[in-house]
Amino acid sequence: MASQEVLREEPSRGSFINDPRVRGIFYQAVVVIVLVVSVWWIVQNVIDNLQRLHIASGFGFLNGRAGFDISDTPIAYTSDSTYGRAIIVGLINTIIVAVAGIITATLIGFIVGIGRLSKNWLISKICTVYVEIFRNIPPLLVIFFWYSGVLAVLPAPRDSYNLPFGSYLNQRGFYFPRPVWGEGSWLILVAFVVGIAMAWFVARKARQRQMATGQQFPVFWTSVALIVGLPLLAYALSGFPLSFDFPKQSTFNLTGGFQVKPEFLSLYLALSCYTAAFIAEIVRAGIRGVSKGQTEAAAALGLRSGSILRLVVVPQAMRIVIPPLTSQYLNLTKNSSLAIAIGYPDLTATAGTVLNQTGQAVEGVLIMMVAYLILSLVTSAVMNVVNARMALVER
Amino acid sequence: MKNIAIGILGAGALGLMASAASATTLDTVKAKGFIQCGVSTGLAGFSAPDDKGDWQGIDADFCRAVAAAVFGDGTKVKFTPLSAKERFTALQSGEVDILSRNTTWTINRDTALGLNFVGTTYYDGQGFMINAKKLPGVNSALQLSGAAVCVQSGTTTELNLADYFKANKMEYNPVVFEKLEEVNAAYDAGRCDVYTTDQSGLYGIRLTLGAPADHVVLPEIISKEPLGPAVRQGDDQWYHIVKWTYFALLDAEELGITKANVDEMKNSTSPEIKRVLGQEADTKIGTDLGVSNDWVVNIVKAVGNYGEVFDRNVGSGSPLKIARGINALWTKGGLQYAPPIR
Repeated sequence: MASQEVLREEPSRGSFINDPRVRGIFYQAVVVIVLVVSVWWIVQNVIDNLQRLHIASGFGFLNGRAGFDISDTPIAYTSDSTYGRAIIVGLINTIIVAVAGIITATLIGFIVGIGRLSKNWLISKICTVYVEIFRNIPPLLVIFFWYSGVLAVLPAPRDSYNLPFGSYLNQRGFYFPRPVWGEGSWLILVAFVVGIAMAWFVARKARQRQMATGQQFPVFWTSVALIVGLPLLAYALSGFPLSFDFPKQSTFNLTGGFQVKPEFLSLYLALSCYTAAFIAEIVRAGIRGVSKGQTEAAAALGLRSGSILRLVVVPQAMRIVIPPLTSQYLNLTKNSSLAIAIGYPDLTATAGTVLNQTGQAVEGVLIMMVAYLILSLVTSAVMNVVNARMALVER
Repeated sequence: MKNIAIGILGAGALGLMASAASATTLDTVKAKGFIQCGVSTGLAGFSAPDDKGDWQGIDADFCRAVAAAVFGDGTKVKFTPLSAKERFTALQSGEVDILSRNTTWTINRDTALGLNFVGTTYYDGQGFMINAKKLPGVNSALQLSGAAVCVQSGTTTELNLADYFKANKMEYNPVVFEKLEEVNAAYDAGRCDVYTTDQSGLYGIRLTLGAPADHVVLPEIISKEPLGPAVRQGDDQWYHIVKWTYFALLDAEELGITKANVDEMKNSTSPEIKRVLGQEADTKIGTDLGVSNDWVVNIVKAVGNYGEVFDRNVGSGSPLKIARGINALWTKGGLQYAPPIR
C-alpha cells in the first residue's frame, strides 16, 4: 500500500506521457497531421503529374467557346456560349428533372403508400405490386424501359397521335401548344399572384376563426375561386390577350408549340416511378408508426375517417416520414445522373462533354462533385427546415 | 497507433519516390509483355470484335504492328474498348499505351491534352446519313434544316456539326449520346432523321442497321478528319517507335513488300529494300529505335503493309468496300507519304 502511494505521487507529475489527456491530444494531433500530409501529397501528386504530362490545368478553360450544341436549353445557349455556360445549362437541366421528379414521386409515393393500407383488397394489392416491381429493378433499367420500351415505339412524326387541345405524341416527344402572351397579359400574372396571396390570407383568417369560435369556413373552394377565378377575370378584362402557337408538321419534325423530349420524359417518369416505390414504403411505415390509440381517440371524438387521416394521423406520421424522405430526394437527384445513358443533357452529360472537349478531367470532375454536393446540401437544408416545423412542439 | 501513423507516412514517402522515378513506356511494355491498346467500342473496319471475339480493323491492326515491332509477335496486344469520352483520360493516365481509336488529330489534342499524334492512318471527313425511304426528297445536306441529328458526344463531329449548321444558317435538333451503340440504336429507331460522323464510320454503321439499303450517305463532306494513333507526351522513344511503325507500313507498301513475299524480299538486290528489312551489314536502324533490326520484317509478317491492312479491313477485301481515294500512296495520287527509313 505504501509503495503504491509513493508511485502515485511521484510519476503523476513527472511522466506526462501517461496522462490520458495529453495522450488524447497527441493522438488527435497525429491524426490531423497524417490527414493534412496525405491530402497535401495527393494534391501535389496531381499537380506534378499534370505538369509532367504537359496537360494544361486551371479553370480558365471555362471562358472558352463551347462550340457544341445542347438539345434542351432552359436558358439562352448557342454553340458560341462559353464552356461555363454549358455546364450551367446542364446544372439547370438536372435541377428541373430533380424538382419535377421529387414532386411527382412524392405524390405517387403518398397515394401508393396510403393505398397499401387501404381496406379495399384490390387497391392494396395493386399498390403492393407497384412497390415490389419498382423497388426491385435498378433505376437504369427503369429509364431504359421508358425510353426504349415505351417512348421509342411510338409512331414517327408523320403518323403522330393527335391528342386533344392540339397536342401530339410521337417518338420525338410530346408536343403541345405554346401560350403566346399578348399585350396586357401581365395583368393575368398579377391577378394570379394576388389570388394566391388572398387565398393564403383567407386560410389564415379561417383558421384563426375556427380556433376562436369553432366555426368552419370553406377554405378550399374559396381558394380555388381566388386562384383560378381572378386570373380568368383579368383575362377577360384585358381583352383576351392570350393566343396559342400550335405544333405543325414540317419536313422532318413537328415545329412550333412546346416540345417535351422523350429523353426528359423517360428520365422524369423513371425517376418518379422508381423513387415513389421507396417513398410509398416510408409513408406506410410512418402511418403504421402512429399508435392505433390516436385513431381510436379521434374516432371517439366523432371525426370522420378522412378527417382522422388528415388532422390526426398524417401530421404525426410526417414526423417519422420526413427524415428518410430527405434521403430519397437526395437519391433521386443523384440518380438523375443516369440521364447520360439516354442522352438527356444533365450536369453529368454536359460537364462530361466539356471535360472531353477540353481535356480538363480533374477540373471537370471537381466541378461535377461540387455541384452535386451543393445540390444535396441545399435539399437537406430545405428538408431540415420542413422537419423543424413538423417536429413536435413541446408546450 | 504510432506505428500505423509512421507506416502511413512511410507509404506516402514511398509513393512520392515512385511517382518521381517513372520508367519509360518501352520498359513498362516489355516488362508486362504486351501492349495495352485503346480502341473503339465497336466500329466496323476500324476496331470491332469479330464473331470469335478477336478485334479486327485498321486501328486494331496498327496496334498489332507496333507489338510486332517491339516483341516480334503481333499477338502481344490487349485491347481496351473506350468511349469517345473516356479515350483521352485513359491514355493520359497510362491505362493504355497507344490510343488507336479513329481519333481526329487536332491542335488542341496535340497541345492542351498532352498527347502526341503519330500520323494519319486514315484521311477521313465528316458526312451525313439519312433514311432515304422516309425522306425521299432529301439529297443534299443543305436541305437538313429543322432535322433531328444523332451525334456522339465529346467528338470533333459534334463541334463540326454545330459549325456547319451555323455557317449555313440552318437549325437542327441535336440528339447526343455518349456511346456509339446508343447513337446507332437511336438512329435505327427513328429518334433522329440524320446520323453524322466520319464518312468511313457511316459506311460501317450502315451495315449494322436493320435495313442497310434504305439508308444513303449524303455527298457533302463538311470537315477534315485525319484519324490516327496517339501516345502520351514526354516519352520520345515510344513516340518514335509508334510513329515509325506507321511509316514502315507505308514504306513497305511503296517498296512492294507484302506479307507473302517478305522473306524473299530479304534477299532482294535492291539496297533500299535490304536496308528497310534490316539486312544491311552492321545496321543500327532498328536498335537505335529501341527495337530489333528486323522490326519491319516482323511488322509486315504480322499484318502486311499499309495497303494490305486497308484492303482487308475497309477496302475491296471487306464488306465496307471503301475506295483507297485520298488514302492511296503519294505515288498513286493519294496523301499517304512516309519519310525514308535510312
